[in-house]
Formats: sequence, C-alpha cells, structure tokens
Amino acid sequence: MLKYTIRRLLLIIPTMFFVAAITFGLSRAAPGSPFDRNENRPLSQAAIDRLNRLYGIDRPIPEQFAIFIGNAVKLDFGSSLVRDTPVVEIIGRGLPVTAQLGVQALLLSLAISLPLGVISALKQNSAVDYASLFFATIGYTIPSFVIAIFLIFIFAVDLKLLPIVGWGDLRHMILPTVVLALGPAAVLTRITRASMLEAIRQDYVRTARSKGLREQVVVVGHVMKNAMIPVATIVGPVTAALITGSFIIEQIFSVPGVGRLYLVSINQRDYPVIMATTLLYAFLIMVANITVDIVYGVLDPRIKLAN
Amino acid sequence: MPELLEVKDLKTQFFTRDGVVHAVDGVSFELAAGETLGIVGESGCGKSVTALSLMRLIPNPPGKIVEGSIMFDGQDILKMDEDDVRAIRGNNIAMIFQDPMTSLNPVLTISRQISEALELHLKMDRAEARKRTVELLELVNIPSAKKRADDYPHQFSGGMRQRVMIAMALSCNPKLILADEPTTALDVTIQAQILDLLKNLGREFRTAFILITHDLGVVAGMTQRIHVMYGGQIVEKADTGELFANPKMPYTWGLLRSIPRLDESRKAKLLPIEGLPPDLIAPPPGCRFEPRCQYRREICSQQVPELRHIPNSKPDHEARCFGTQEGGWLVDTDWHKDTGSARELEAIKAEVADLPPEVKRAEAAQEEK
Amino acid sequence: MATITTPAQQRAIEMNNLARKQRSLWGDAFWRLRRNKAAMLGLGIIITAALLAIFAPLIAPYDPIIQNTKAANADPFFAGTKYVDSNYLLGSDQLGRDILSRLIWSSRISMVVGLVPTTLVFVIGASLGMAAAFYGGWVDNLLMRFTDVIYAFPDLLFLIIIMATLRNTALGDLMGGLILMFAALAIVSWVGLARLVRGQVLSLKEKEFVEAARATGVPTRRIMVRHLFPNALAPVIVSLAFSIPGAMLAEATLSFIGIGIKPPTPTWGVMINEGFIVFAQSPWPVLLPGFCISLVMLAFTFLGDGLRDALDPRMKN
Repeated sequence: MLKYTIRRLLLIIPTMFFVAAITFGLSRAAPGSPFDRNENRPLSQAAIDRLNRLYGIDRPIPEQFAIFIGNAVKLDFGSSLVRDTPVVEIIGRGLPVTAQLGVQALLLSLAISLPLGVISALKQNSAVDYASLFFATIGYTIPSFVIAIFLIFIFAVDLKLLPIVGWGDLRHMILPTVVLALGPAAVLTRITRASMLEAIRQDYVRTARSKGLREQVVVVGHVMKNAMIPVATIVGPVTAALITGSFIIEQIFSVPGVGRLYLVSINQRDYPVIMATTLLYAFLIMVANITVDIVYGVLDPRIKLAN
Repeated sequence: MPELLEVKDLKTQFFTRDGVVHAVDGVSFELAAGETLGIVGESGCGKSVTALSLMRLIPNPPGKIVEGSIMFDGQDILKMDEDDVRAIRGNNIAMIFQDPMTSLNPVLTISRQISEALELHLKMDRAEARKRTVELLELVNIPSAKKRADDYPHQFSGGMRQRVMIAMALSCNPKLILADEPTTALDVTIQAQILDLLKNLGREFRTAFILITHDLGVVAGMTQRIHVMYGGQIVEKADTGELFANPKMPYTWGLLRSIPRLDESRKAKLLPIEGLPPDLIAPPPGCRFEPRCQYRREICSQQVPELRHIPNSKPDHEARCFGTQEGGWLVDTDWHKDTGSARELEAIKAEVADLPPEVKRAEAAQEEK
Repeated sequence: MATITTPAQQRAIEMNNLARKQRSLWGDAFWRLRRNKAAMLGLGIIITAALLAIFAPLIAPYDPIIQNTKAANADPFFAGTKYVDSNYLLGSDQLGRDILSRLIWSSRISMVVGLVPTTLVFVIGASLGMAAAFYGGWVDNLLMRFTDVIYAFPDLLFLIIIMATLRNTALGDLMGGLILMFAALAIVSWVGLARLVRGQVLSLKEKEFVEAARATGVPTRRIMVRHLFPNALAPVIVSLAFSIPGAMLAEATLSFIGIGIKPPTPTWGVMINEGFIVFAQSPWPVLLPGFCISLVMLAFTFLGDGLRDALDPRMKN
C-alpha cells in the first residue's frame, strides 16, 4: 500500500513536466505576443519589441522553457504580463475563492446524492425513486451553463431574489454553488443507487438475513459498507469535473476565482499566469485522484491486503 | 416422540413476467431432533426453495409462500410475525449456503460476521462473543484461530471458508441446520473433509440436519433418510439404505442407473434419463415425470399420483408412482434388468427430437466425446 | 462422486433453455434494446435531429447567417408578448437572424461535431490500444506512460488551451474552426478509449480461443481482427455512444465561453453565448438552443444507457 502510494506521488513530477511542456508549446504556438492586441494602450512596434525583449519573449522557445522550468522548481512563476504583480500573489487571491466554491459544491452534492441514492435503491420504483432518477437525468444531461442561465432567470431576473454577479456573502454564493453541485450530484446519485442495488442482490445479504439480523442492520452494516466503495472511487473523477466545471460557473457569475482568472489570462496571452494556473489545476486533479485511490485501498480489505 | 419439524403441504410460488412458477408444489415431510435428512434432486426441482421457505427467506417480490404450514418446535413459522421469525433465524434454525465465497461479506472480518449472531441472539458482549468465536473456529479445525479471526474472507481458501460458514451456523447452538449444497463448490478431497466435519459436529451437538444436494454420493454416507424431489414435489421417501437397495420410482431408477460404475465394462453405454425437466410455470396435468418415463401408461398423463406406501418395501417407504403402488404394473419389476418399453423410449426421443437444430447439434457433439 | 444428471443431460438441458430464447449475443442485445422504451425514444429524437441536420438547407425557412436588423429581437409565437413577428416562428436574435433556421442549421454542426471526433477517437484509440495490448513490452509501457500524462491533463483545460491558442492560426480558420475543433476533441479523448480497448484485449488474450487460433496457424493480425476484436466490442460501443454527447457538450461549452466555433456559423453553444448577452430582456434566445441541446444530450444518454444494459452479459436472465 505504501509502495503504491509513493509510486503514484512520484509520478506526479514527470507528469507535471509534460503538462508544462505541452502548455508552454501550445501557448507559444499562437502567433503574436501578449503586447500586440491591446485596445487600451496600443503600442508602437518598437515598444512591443522592447517589451518582448524585456520579458524574454523573443528568445527561442526551448530556451524560454528551460528558464521557466528553472524558476518553476523554485516556485517562482514570475509576474503577470498584464498586471505586473507576482503570479503567485494573483493566484493566491483567487484560490481561496475557488476552493470555497468547490468544497461547498462537493459537500452539497454529497449531501444530496448519498441519501437520495440510498433511499431510491431501497424503495425501488417508488415516487422517490422516479423523482431521483428524473433529477439525476436532468443534472447529467442539461449542460451546466444552461441550468445556470435558467436559474439566474428565475431567481435573479424574474423573482429578483438573488444577485447575478459577484461573490462575498451567502446570497452571492447560493446560485454558483448550487449550479456547480448539480452535475456531480446527478452522477453520484446514479452511482449510489446502482451500487446499492448491486450490493443488495448479493449472496452475503441473504446470509446476513438468515442470521436473524434486522433489516436496518443488514442494510447499514452489510449492504452500505460494500456499496459505498464504488461511490468513493467515483469521487475522484467527480472532483476533477468540479474543478473544471468551476471555470464556466465563475465566468457566468463573475466569481473572482482562479477559473475566471484563467480564462481571462488565456485571452490576454498572459503566459506566466497561464502556465501557473494550468500546473496548479493539473496538480490538484492528480492529488484528487491519488487520494481517492488511497481511500479506496483503505476501505476495501481485498485491495488493502493484496499489496 | 414429537417431531422437531413438521412441514405440511408447503406451496411456494414465484410471480414472474412469464407466468407463475410453482417452485414448491405441495411438499410435506417430518424431521426428528438430531436426525439427518437428505433432499436430493436436480437443479430446479425446488429443493433450495424449500429450504429457504423454512426460514421464510423467500424474496417477497417475486416469491411468496402461498399455502401450507411449517411446525417447528410446536409453532407454525408461517403464522409468526416478522420479529419472531427473526428470533429463530440463526438461533434455532441456521443455514449453510452453497458458495462460501459470495455468501460471506467481503468487507467484514470473520470474527465480526460470527459475533453478530452471538451478540444478537445470545446477548453476549464484544469480549464474550470474540472468545466464543475463536472457540468455534477451533471447533471447525481452522488453524491459528485466534489470529485468523481478524482476517477477511478472501484470505481463506474455499474449504476454510465453508468451515467458517459452518462455525457461523453452529454459533448459537441451533436445533436444525439447513445445508444447501454445502460441498458443491469445493474440490472433491475437501468435500470429504467438510462432510466428515458436519457429521461429527452433528453427532456431538445433536443437531438435526437437512442436507440438500444433487449428488447421491454425498447423501449416501451422511443421512438416515432421503427424500427425492422432482418438479417441485417429493416423489420418493425412504431410509437411506432402503432407497439405494430397493428404489421404487422410475425417476430414482433412472438416477441410479446413470451413475457410472467401477465394475462395469468400459464399453458399456451410460444410460441417461432422456428428455428434459418439466416447465414449472405450466406443469403437466399428470405425473411430472411422465414425459420422460419409459414405463408410462395412459393414466400417468391424466392424474397426479399421490405419495403412498409401496408394497414389497420397508414400512416408511413411499413413492409417487401409479406403477409401483398397490396394484400397479411395476410392483414386481426388477429395475436392474427391465429398462422399460423400447417403444416409449423411442417416443420420448422423438419428442426430444422436436427441439431446434442447434440443440440437436450440441447433443450430437456431446455424444461424440 | 455420482451425480443425478450426466454431463450429456446437463448439456441438453442448457441447450434447450438457450433454444427457448433462441438468439445470439447480438440478436439478444438488439431485442433487449428494442424493449427499452427510453432508449427507443432517444433513438427517435436522434434520428429526427439527424434528418433535420441533413435536410437543413431544404427545411430552414431562412438563411441562418443573413442579418436583418430591422426585424431583430422578435419573440417566439407562443410567447404572447407584443414583440412577436409572424415571419419568425421562434423569434429572431439581436442581429435579426431567424432563430428557427439557426437552430436547424446548428443541429448540423452539432451532429458532425459529435460524430467526427468520436470516429477519430475510435480509430486512433482502438488501434493504439490493441497494438499496446497485443505487442506488450516496451510498446505497451510507452503507451501507458504517454496516456498517463494526457490523462492527468484535465479535459476541459486541455481543450481550452488548444482552442484558445490555435484558434487564430491558419489551422483554426479551416472550415470556420471545425477542423480545429475535431482535432482538439479527438486529441483529448482518445486516451480513455485506448485504455479501455487495451484492457479488453489484455483480458481476452488470456482466453483459450486465442491459443486455439494460434495453434492452427492463424497469422497474428488475423487473430487481432477476427477473434479479439468482436469480443472486446461491447464496452467500446457503450463508451463511444457516450462519447458523442460528450463531444457535443464540450463544443457547446467552448462556444459558450467564446473560444469554440467561430461566428457567424451557428451552433447551439454559439447561440447560447449570443443569447446570454440579451437574456435579461428576453430569455428565449438562450432557452431555445438550451432546450435543443439538452434534448439531444438526453436522447444520447437514454440510448447509451439502453446500449449498456442491452450489451451487459450479466443481465442475461
């Protein structure tokens, strides 16, 4: 178990390297420099050239990459080309916001989906079951931005209950969190329900009943313990989806998080910010997946002891 | 002596999309304390469903016990409410299932799974239950019991897992243990060990057993009495020795004939029972075995024979056959020599021949082997 | 030990049970799929959308690109407001283009965006996956490390970077951004399928019938195509069925952010993007394409679920 974990953690390094290389290559593949298309302060070609030289953008790409890696290892990602503040600082301002949004959405989706999935499995074909299947299908098939716009229309425009943009207090946080949570909640509900249905059909459930245990004890102590394992492993990809989903949500609701920063910086060709945020996201997702694998190993004794 | 278990006219049915399956269709039998009864039959004859019905473990949709009574220790299990039945399960009646790999919960330790029943029925606390669990594991010959009690099912071999199931069944000293194909999933050498274990434990604790299997060899050494089931009904009842020496039902003859014998010449052909098991959704109006019986007569397809005492046999020997009952045409038949009417055999084969070509091709391929 | 039924009898019984429901794997799956009402509904919707897509030039009342600012911002006929214009059944957007026509033409792009990358993913992923599994050794290792890296790259992130950076290049201009979109979607998604196929082939490689084919001298490539391929197919089919809506959703998301297909080419995502700007005045330019894409996604989800249930061997009886 330990060896496996260490191996996964070590794999992060070469993976991050390649992620950086690909991102670097692609972002430099776009023609022009970040100083070109700037409607606010149109610059003369000479000024642009000077800035390019200053920021090292005119040097050959492999050389730029080497410099970048050299600095990145020291966690020095330079300064934003647009805002002239250290990248780390800019990200530092946006990260807590995104983190809060993400964690809230994750908790909300778990709080909805786990009970819903369990109950609808236990009461198959009941009203609750159909309702939860309906909800799961909606959340899964309708794109998040469509739901977002729809909810904005109802709550913000029509009923004027909630604000559309901004972040800070509860009223601002409700819509973005709910919309972000819906997709994962839908997936988790389906998986939980399917997993419970599968587990409850197993032979060991019959054995448990044959010992005279109450149905409640059978469900919680025997069925759920097994059923939750596949659910736990899905939390990894779900978290990854949450992280990427937050881009769109932050864009729509103008939440000042890292996602919106990312999209803006891509438009502006703000290379240092692009690189740093890409690496950050890749890192977070890898950590999420590794954590899930570890948790899975802990929960399922067949895996825990096999290693 | 009052019987421990008295089953009268048990009928269990399954309501499916294709129709109502009459899985158990009027089964009656008794069992005394400490006795071992064997129920034999092929897959689908209703023996497992009978056992599950005794514990009321039939899944409610789609199954239902529609008729009958099960008197255990003087009380009708079918009339009890759910709480009382649960008090009996694992406590007075316990069950050992066929596949020990899937019948044990993979994410709970063995100790936990055995202690559960102890804590529930015998009201032991954790420590007591744990001690008793280790004792039980030692009883079924699991080495290093104390250490292994904290292991998980997948860490045991098949034979050991079945021992764990036996330990679990014995834990609350039940009066009756239902063993549903306890050795089918195991290697032959392990089978013998497990059966021995069951026999010794049964003797030591004076537990009654119902041993359910399709394997005649298993019941031969283990049981005092045997009931043969076919198509959801019991078709023959006899003491074990009597059944093998003096069977009185064409189905049983077919079974015994189809067993390859060491003292036969290698060239002798196996005599299978031609034909296929009955459709339990629409059972035939007469004897269930009639479509495959080479001794059949017209009455066999018109009425269902009752289970009655057979002439020329021991007093408790009963069979469900018009031919062997009082006044029947098979009363004096020597089944070793007389394999029935060749014309009926051809007719049965012809009915089988009505099957689609794929089936016939498969059978032909099987013949050539 | 002696048993009641001989092997010959058991076989006969098995075969007869099979004969009672006499079908092959594919026939069985097909029959089961047909019984699944949701899946059939989904299939119906998809076929309708496909027909709309194919016959768009004949069905759409207006050209989707031509602007007519005098007739801008009309509402759909059922909205009941005073801005309804009888020329435009579902209303017009802020540049005066007919929404109905744009919706119909959008289905064209969306269908294509769903199908083409998925086909590319299949071709690339399946061949690489099979090759890795079959040849093993360093080929396999190389592929696995490669896919690990791409896997670690969050999908949407990768797509955003590719689209954003290459959009304004020559590549990005081909066919209004479609070629780039296809390429981007294919590059990002082939990994999953390659892994799946590799896993399937690996598990099949061990099976006896490959030994049998080898023993009779069947050449390696024929083993791969004739024997391994069909059996690995079922989960692959399901995966592809879900790839199509995935690609459509990705395109819609990218277009919504503004780095997808270039206007004036209409796709549902582009329409939602444009509608978002004015949606405080009227929700319809957003809701209508939103409804369309949701409906098609729903249809594919039902179909995919139906396929999965139909092809899952465990579900037999």
